[in-house]
Amino acid sequence: MKPPPFEYHAPATVDEVCALLGSLEDAKVLAGGQSLIPLLNFRLARPAHLVDINRVDGADRIYERDGGVAVQALARQAAVEDSELVARVCPLVVDALRLVAHRVIRNRGTVCGSIAHADPASELPAVLLALGGHVVARSTRGERTIPAAELFAGVFETALAQDELLVEAWFPASGKPSAILEESRRHGDFALAGVVRAGDRLALFGVAPTPVLADPRDPGRGLKPSGDLEATPDFRIHLVRALSEKAFAA
Amino acid sequence: MTTRWFGAPVQRLEDERLLRGKGRFTDDIGEGALECCFVRSPYAHARITSIDVGAARVMPGVVAVYTAADLPFGGVDLPLLIPHPNLTQGRTQRCLASERVRYAGEAVVFVVAEDRYLAEDAAELVQVEYEPLPVVITPEAAERAEHLVHDDVPGNVAAEMLQEVGDVDAAMAKAPHRKQLRLRYERGAASPMEGRAVWARWSQSERKLTVYDSTQSPTSIRGGLAVLFGLPESNVEVIAPDVGGGFGPKIMLFYPDELLVPYAAMQLGRPVKWTEDRQEHFTAVNQERGQVHEVEVAFDDEGRVLALSDDFIHDGGAYTPYGIILPIISAAQIPGPYRLPNYRVRFRDMYTNATPTSPYRGAGRPHACFVMERTLDSIAQELKLDRVEIRRRNLIQADEFPYEVGVAWQDGNTVVYDSGNYPELLDRALAKLGPKPEGDSIGMGLAIYVEGTGVGPYEGAHVQVLVSGKVVAATGIPSQGQAHATVWAQVVADELGVDVKDVEVSSGDTRRFPWGVGTFASRGAVTAGNAMYVAARMVADKAKAIAADQLEAAPEDLELVDGRVRVKGAPDKGIPLGAVAVLSNPVRYAFGGGTEAATQFARKARPGPPLQDGEQPGLEATGYYSPPGSTWAAGCHAAYVRVDPKTFRLEILKYVVVHDCGRVINPLVLQGQIEGGVAQGIGGAFYERLAYDADGQLRNASFMEFLMPYATEIPPIEIDHIETPSPLNPLGVKGAGEAGVIPVGAVLASAIEDALHVPITEMPQSPLKLFEAFSNS
Amino acid sequence: MRVNGVDHPVPHDARRLLADHLRHDLKLTGTHVGCEHGVCGCCTVLLDGAPVRSCLMLAVQAEGHDVTTIEGLARDGKPLHPVQQAFHDAHGLQCGFCTPGFVMSVVGLLAQHPEPTAEEIDEGIAGNLCRCTGYASIRRAVRLAAELSR
Repeated sequence: MKPPPFEYHAPATVDEVCALLGSLEDAKVLAGGQSLIPLLNFRLARPAHLVDINRVDGADRIYERDGGVAVQALARQAAVEDSELVARVCPLVVDALRLVAHRVIRNRGTVCGSIAHADPASELPAVLLALGGHVVARSTRGERTIPAAELFAGVFETALAQDELLVEAWFPASGKPSAILEESRRHGDFALAGVVRAGDRLALFGVAPTPVLADPRDPGRGLKPSGDLEATPDFRIHLVRALSEKAFAA
Repeated sequence: MTTRWFGAPVQRLEDERLLRGKGRFTDDIGEGALECCFVRSPYAHARITSIDVGAARVMPGVVAVYTAADLPFGGVDLPLLIPHPNLTQGRTQRCLASERVRYAGEAVVFVVAEDRYLAEDAAELVQVEYEPLPVVITPEAAERAEHLVHDDVPGNVAAEMLQEVGDVDAAMAKAPHRKQLRLRYERGAASPMEGRAVWARWSQSERKLTVYDSTQSPTSIRGGLAVLFGLPESNVEVIAPDVGGGFGPKIMLFYPDELLVPYAAMQLGRPVKWTEDRQEHFTAVNQERGQVHEVEVAFDDEGRVLALSDDFIHDGGAYTPYGIILPIISAAQIPGPYRLPNYRVRFRDMYTNATPTSPYRGAGRPHACFVMERTLDSIAQELKLDRVEIRRRNLIQADEFPYEVGVAWQDGNTVVYDSGNYPELLDRALAKLGPKPEGDSIGMGLAIYVEGTGVGPYEGAHVQVLVSGKVVAATGIPSQGQAHATVWAQVVADELGVDVKDVEVSSGDTRRFPWGVGTFASRGAVTAGNAMYVAARMVADKAKAIAADQLEAAPEDLELVDGRVRVKGAPDKGIPLGAVAVLSNPVRYAFGGGTEAATQFARKARPGPPLQDGEQPGLEATGYYSPPGSTWAAGCHAAYVRVDPKTFRLEILKYVVVHDCGRVINPLVLQGQIEGGVAQGIGGAFYERLAYDADGQLRNASFMEFLMPYATEIPPIEIDHIETPSPLNPLGVKGAGEAGVIPVGAVLASAIEDALHVPITEMPQSPLKLFEAFSNS
Repeated sequence: MRVNGVDHPVPHDARRLLADHLRHDLKLTGTHVGCEHGVCGCCTVLLDGAPVRSCLMLAVQAEGHDVTTIEGLARDGKPLHPVQQAFHDAHGLQCGFCTPGFVMSVVGLLAQHPEPTAEEIDEGIAGNLCRCTGYASIRRAVRLAAELSR
């Protein structure tokens, strides 16, 4: 379980990152590495180039913007979890982060990396979707904003182009009531199924190739979740209904 | 004997170096060793049609690539460790497969390179072509025998064994009630935090092979390597250094690497190391627990069991290197603490295309306990009897020991319980459990079990008092965390009247003690503990004999206290143990350390030669203990659980253990063994399973999907003890290593069934299984 | 990179994991490797004071950073760090393989929560697997460590 060979790049600015992503074939961005490096160690991912963004200065800000919270590419999950600003403006993100793996992982993992990785059972993409947030992507071609509703394209797939870097995620303020509930086998595991309530909006995760918005009155409608060792499609739908009911009972 | 250290909560003597990061695990040993990697079969069953290692051999950084054809022992089957007359179709694998692979993970090619990264790169260059064959993956599929794992083993049956006590058919015919149950236990994995690892160095000039191996049996590894390489045993040193957990699979030998790493070191003239990674650990290391039981039970109106018949199949895996010990243990342990006047048990050990099986903590017992306890719960339900009451009515009573069960035991004897008090275990557990908490979906479960511990054949120990007065003690069996360095020191310190901190224990190093068997089957305390006692007593007697001359007192009037041999009743009259050690060795040359006292002009004159007939120099002794039979520990576990009726999440509200392992050497160490065992049991009952698909692929070969519990999943465990000393050994001890894990599946099954009112007939459970059972009911 | 207060060059081979670099190049073998996919926590070290998995970092990424391993908590001949002492006093280890990772995680936990609640303790040590102790004695060790650190 050792990574396969790759060429390593450690650019110092976002522009350099974009230049590399724009010029290299088969390059992967290395941010927190908490999902990518296990894949390398299992040799399930074998990119030709690894573009490590950890040496980019000033890309780890967490700041208030447009009535919400903007989280830059290198802001660690633990820093966002501990941020007073985030706790004040968007406490739902803090609640969600506490369900993301374990603190030691969050010390290194990044919020933007988690969103770009787009694991269908992951919490943060569902939160972004429930809140109607967006991400900012940059490349040598310029910068664009991608709304959450257009970002998630499939299992581990996003609307980000090969040459784009996700430089910032923006979460609107989470009004009340808001909640994130999930069922996982062990504390910190990816969810078998989960729900995010943001006011009247409901987003589900773990039950489709991407996080999806659902009708709180009939959250299971139209769902065709996949089955695995720990949950059948039926069980996932059952859980989503039970969790939604609980989230909207509060 | 004195009881100053024995029984005291002595804090561990081995902790400091482990806490400072100065432990020495096998992978910590570098010394420029080459590193290795296996190419393993991706198929559960296939014919190998070609192996091409050409590209790997010429890759820069690769030192050697071995296939079966490259090995002088490549065509030899690995040893069948425990032959048995009923194991008529025993089969073992070869070091490297060359014709046929029978489980995914079976080793095919061994790559040696400058480091592990390069070895893995090279392994990817090896081309092996396979022709897939039909796969037999569950024990039920093995029984159907539509396909064969071994072409020459009809019906996939490795062994069959039938035993009967009393007359089951007659008792069944007369019984007022009869009932049938089908009970199933799935495979699990021990998963020690340290995987396996082997490091070897060959000294051509000394013709000496030194091997570090994360094994539970270095003495057996040494014996096997000496035979394989034609070396005297004295030229082979095997050390199990710090071992990061064992829990059974590390008692298996020989894994292919245990031969290949030493062989490569001898061939290449450089140290060679192989360290398993977690992914290969899941398929290359032995597993356990797969069994399917068909039970028929007869009982009277009061719930007394009149007869029980069990016909079970055991998932042996692809090969039977460990013989049929597991189903033998299951068969013997099904009766447990209950009177079973008529008992018939038949098992068949079945070949499947999965990793071979050998003991994993509990070894055949969790399933046996599950069978008996589920049966009793089922009778209770049918008769509308309280689950506690039915157990009371069937328990063996405290005045019935020794109690003969009448079935065969794993040491070749028959099962005879040496001592115990099962009703008291039950009473205390219930008292500790207390009233049922208020609330919905809460269930109570309990189980009582016995555990045959401390099997032979023997262990030995060497104890020596140094001229400094410090004591060194050594035994052949290694520690994987059981605190050998502390508990053996306690036993020795008591006999020699020294401080426990003045005893330095070595375990699992054949350079220090070459003989013995291994650490398994909850046997360390009984076998090595008593061997330590025997050896220390011999040293104490020798010390008294030598000091008697000096003190002009009879040996029987002397005692060993505070590091001195002194006259009873006259504590001022004595000499330090170190001085006795000096006198034990008549020297011509004083070499320091006070040894001038033992030179010819300084020694106190006594008639005859300095070393007289029967005397041996050195204040040391080697002692052995060989048990006449197993010691039978027992316990009762009880729990309250809540199962969320919507999410089927399990919450263990309270879990109590009352345990009896005879006399307790160190309550801290024992508590740790029980707490850890229960946690492992909870893992095996609700979180962990090995999920093989129909093609024989293990679908959850990582810690992301094989769900070992974290702290957040394990509740506090409340523990109490009773002590019924074993009459079979001088220390009165019984084993405790496996105890915690044994009844957990039975307890949780009972509690979940009580909470949800759905029948629980298999282990492990999960929210998904409960959802499905609940939806169907 | 600075490891336990001593500067070291980073390895040339970019794919070398920090865990392997610490263990095999710098001979700091107290950091253990249990799974190489970030779940078991045996390889936990402090990176600029915060616990991280050294199997999920490339050694080159530690350039310019401070790494503390178990060997750096208490120097040879010096008394044990309070967390180490508490693990000893509370019988918080058996085989000792997971122990350095737990100790480093607990150092991080107590930095975040000097007076941890029972729930904070469980959450703080969840993320490290132990197969020997069943976590009970580790919980006791964390409580004791909090007391000793006061």
